[in-house]
Amino acid sequence: MQPFQNFTGVVAPLDRANVDTDAIIPKQFLKSIKRSGFGPYLFDELRYLDHGEPDMDCSNRPLNSNFVLNDSRFSSAQILLARENFGCGSSREHAPWALADFGFRVILAPSFADIFFNNCFKNGILPIQLKSDLINALFEKASGATPLQIAVDLPAQLLTLNDGETIPFTVDAGNKQRLIEGLDDIGLTLQQADAIREYEARRRIEAPWVFYTV
Amino acid sequence: MGTKTLYDKLWNTHVVRVDDTGTALLYIDRQLVHEVTSPQAFEGLRLAGRQPWRTSANLAVPDHNVPTASAERAAGITDPVARIQVAALGTNCASFGITEFAMGDPRQGIVHVIGPEQGFTLPGSTIVCGDSHTSTHGAFGALAFGIGTSEVEHVLATQCLIQRPSKTMLISVDGELGAGVTAKDIVLAIIGAIGTAGGTGYVIEFGGEAIRALSIEGRMTVCNMTIEAGARAGLIAVDEKTIEYMRGRPYAPSGELFEQAAAYWRTLVSDDDATFDRVLHLDAASIQPQVTWGTSPEMVLPIDGQVPDPAAESDPVKADSIRRALAYMGLTAGQPITEIAVDKVFIGSCTNSRIEDLRAAAAVANGRKVSKNIKLALVVPGSGLVKEQAEAEGLDRIFTAAGFEWREPGCSMCLAMNADRLEAGERCASTSNRNFEGRQGQGGRTHLVSPAMAVAAAVTGHFVDVRTL
Ligand code: SF4
Repeated sequence: MQPFQNFTGVVAPLDRANVDTDAIIPKQFLKSIKRSGFGPYLFDELRYLDHGEPDMDCSNRPLNSNFVLNDSRFSSAQILLARENFGCGSSREHAPWALADFGFRVILAPSFADIFFNNCFKNGILPIQLKSDLINALFEKASGATPLQIAVDLPAQLLTLNDGETIPFTVDAGNKQRLIEGLDDIGLTLQQADAIREYEARRRIEAPWVFYTV
Repeated sequence: MGTKTLYDKLWNTHVVRVDDTGTALLYIDRQLVHEVTSPQAFEGLRLAGRQPWRTSANLAVPDHNVPTASAERAAGITDPVARIQVAALGTNCASFGITEFAMGDPRQGIVHVIGPEQGFTLPGSTIVCGDSHTSTHGAFGALAFGIGTSEVEHVLATQCLIQRPSKTMLISVDGELGAGVTAKDIVLAIIGAIGTAGGTGYVIEFGGEAIRALSIEGRMTVCNMTIEAGARAGLIAVDEKTIEYMRGRPYAPSGELFEQAAAYWRTLVSDDDATFDRVLHLDAASIQPQVTWGTSPEMVLPIDGQVPDPAAESDPVKADSIRRALAYMGLTAGQPITEIAVDKVFIGSCTNSRIEDLRAAAAVANGRKVSKNIKLALVVPGSGLVKEQAEAEGLDRIFTAAGFEWREPGCSMCLAMNADRLEAGERCASTSNRNFEGRQGQGGRTHLVSPAMAVAAAVTGHFVDVRTL
């Protein structure tokens, strides 16, 4: 995974609650056995007027002009501003893959669905939970004539808006470290292989039925 | 007298190590694997030159993409992309030595149906799957939750996950359910009460007389939809029903080892003095048969309810959601649920496709006919073994005589990745778990109900209180 670096990006406001992972990347794209190339199909049903299918060339598809990412001001947005319960529904990691492939690196919302939230960190996306009134205020600023830009500083856990306002945020220490260092979770866990083997040896005595095989 | 919750007990026995940030390495006893969320995980292993840590901890089955029509099953999957994905599961399992119940194996079925059916789901274990409805297995007093593909790979490679402990919530459903009210109605009523984000950050234990009175199948229905309340996992304490269910299952221990396991399983209850971060009580007798009207499972009403009016909602974000949902669902504020006519009926999914669900559905279908306005009424058993059992009991004939189609096992119209789907604007009474926009086909309108209520809608052509039939 690429280390997460500080950046300044445009904020795209997606003003609806309970955006589920099927809205983020519809099920027909889940048939792919690859993990890249989902960006053009991000929010497919909201973004295009026709029905999308895997491997379709999106450059000629009819666009829904009311959808935020089709507004040229937001087409290179790196920060997504969302409402309650963002990423609910299926556990599909295709959702963060599609968001990352499009170019999103930070998502701001008052609440996230649990599995989606975890999946973001595995894919270099920083999900930030902020209080509802802060989110409401950001929606107002982001919907103005000039797009809202935010500088994201992960080590300092600070957002700086282009009007100078600063917003501190919280992030789990372990997740923060892994994002900043771009660490491979599996490699890290395997450094503890001895501890896992010791645990298994103990469990084989305490609970042998767990290791029973047919 | 102890003070531990069931969750504490499960968590504590599976922690390998805790680091200085408070993050734990949690040991995973079992992993279920399906074709949609695993190919990239296997690819990751291959690229890194890694092998599964404990091959026998995994069991794989294709379910999301498989056709449910026997002709297409025999001829091979028509959709080339789906065919590649199902084939990839086969080759990945073969090359890594993982057991797979391939299409055509009588044990094939929906991943959350076959785990328990095979006894692969053990009380007291940690179980994961790249699928959010892994919460189903919590019905056995197991800590079970859905994970993403990176974590699938992580579990394959290390048999562990990096986790933080959750908060605990107890939802006690007190007293007795009324006749004709089912586990599905309980869980829909709970989601209606706490909302789809009400469980975020929690593991929910379901207790109370009404939960204890449920069969294991009913408990699975309740835990299945815990994820729709936003919770990490659902849990139900072990009792004698759990232990009896496990006895004789192929992957469960047998003989002396079973008795040893059962003695431990009996300890898998929350202690009398356990404290939860949140406790909620629900009166079972107050629960009516439920029908969702909107595009989120929390948009649910009792059968005698009326579709809500956005003008009566003070929160603007909520009012907006109601307005959007009404427009998408083609409903008007104030419309009685019983006046909503249905085009298709789907009985199946990991929520309601077990033998008991099919029995409940058949009991209502028996001697009745699917209404003329219904274009398609499908019954899709959860596994090949459920199908065999139902056929042995003659349930298939009851369904086909009433005008239902009887299909091969799979996820089917629950998420419409195969040919079973709604066309735009079509309305479905469905026993599945999600009514999101487009879930059952682009533009399709889903109403979630219990199996008995789905059949009632099929035979009358609209939603109706099954108790009045
Ligand atoms: S039946 Fe539906 S909810 Fe269950 S695993 Fe299959 S697609 Fe997911």
